[in-house]
Amino acid sequence: MQDFWVLMVEHGWALALLRGSAVTIAIGLLGMLLGFAVATPLAILRWQKVPVVSQMVDAYSILIRGIPGLLVIYLLFYGSLGWVRTVAGTFGYEQAAENAYPMIVGVIAIASISCAYSIEVIRGALQAVPVGMLEAARSLALPPMVTFFRITFPLALRLALGGINNVWQMTIKDTSLISVVGLQELMRTAAIAAGITRSPLFFYCIAAALFFAMTLASQTAFSRIERGLNRGFGGM
Amino acid sequence: MDLGIITYAFPFLLEGVKITLLIAVFGIVLGLPLGVLVGLARGSKNRVLRGFCDAYCAIFRGTPMLVQIFVIYYGLAQVSFIRHNPVLWWMIGDGLHAAILAVVLNSGAYTAETFRSAFNSLPKGLIEAAEACGMKPWHIFLRIKFPLALRQALPAYSSEVAIIVKESSLASAITVLEITGYAKRLMSETFAVMDIFVITAAFYLVISVIALMAMKLLERRLAIPGLNQS
Repeated sequence: MQDFWVLMVEHGWALALLRGSAVTIAIGLLGMLLGFAVATPLAILRWQKVPVVSQMVDAYSILIRGIPGLLVIYLLFYGSLGWVRTVAGTFGYEQAAENAYPMIVGVIAIASISCAYSIEVIRGALQAVPVGMLEAARSLALPPMVTFFRITFPLALRLALGGINNVWQMTIKDTSLISVVGLQELMRTAAIAAGITRSPLFFYCIAAALFFAMTLASQTAFSRIERGLNRGFGGM
Repeated sequence: MDLGIITYAFPFLLEGVKITLLIAVFGIVLGLPLGVLVGLARGSKNRVLRGFCDAYCAIFRGTPMLVQIFVIYYGLAQVSFIRHNPVLWWMIGDGLHAAILAVVLNSGAYTAETFRSAFNSLPKGLIEAAEACGMKPWHIFLRIKFPLALRQALPAYSSEVAIIVKESSLASAITVLEITGYAKRLMSETFAVMDIFVITAAFYLVISVIALMAMKLLERRLAIPGLNQS
């Protein structure tokens, strides 16, 4: 036990792991928000069955949901490595690109995965809004835009919450995949610590515990929001 | 797209398909019974057993599978007891075996969740009727509970099968060369990143489509006319 105290505090691994956790949470949040922001208009287009766009959204969603996240990450990292260097090189920002690059591509990779799942969640929620509500809005002669922003979307958001929770849980766990391309988030930090100190069991278990704390905390938060949003909706 | 790269990459990826399928098949064959048993145990009256199974599910569902695979492959290899026990060492000493173990444990936890709710949703009357007929608990499980719960859980389990195929890609993180592992190697070897990605994605999509079709077929075969068509 004393060994671990020395490792964690005196060698500073506790701080490094916390910093890694912060990076993990930041990437998860940014990826989730970016994915959601892109998914919402796409899901609306898909829901409205806009020709061509709708099929393209479907194809994207099926492709991403059918292949491992690791493959998407490899595509984005190896696919962009060359031209990022060239672009940054011509503008003289080589060093800056070297540092920020894994973070940016990591967020984009996580966003493009969570986006595909978010599309399905939002589309399902939009379809699940009771027809009676929309008919009531139409009989009040509300313009379509007002109906959408005041009736359909708020109702759909409540219905989507459970699905959004699932996507978020998946996203925060998917951030660990970026470690394979060298971004120093929680998993990578644990791997480095495991390599240097030669105690992989300890450090990977710590990483697991930190991830578990994150998913547990967000689970609790989501149940609380859900309870708040469902107030007044009876036994739903 | 360059035809030369396709003909070059194809045999490698086909080799990877074998390993991916191997991991996935073991994940299903061992993960399903594990999930069913744990799902059943989570509804048992024994508090210790229930608590243990709840904790198992919470931990494996709440942490990334990459962490689980690393704990099993790199972490447990550190324990001298495991190193010196031939059976345990056989299970985790080899990358492929460790990956299979991780997939089985991970999929077991998710499957247990599906089956727990399936067992919960069984009508009480049926179980009571079976008890009134004097059926033994094991008999009730085999003849009443399991057949009904299986049909209830099958739609959710078929998406779990697709997830197993995808999760098997994490084996590449511990040097097992399955589809994604070969894809990574080919990408950094040939620099034809997009071409390799397209072929690899096609492999995965074909596997998922076949698996989902097989599950749909199974669902239809097992369907009981008149029983909750959902």
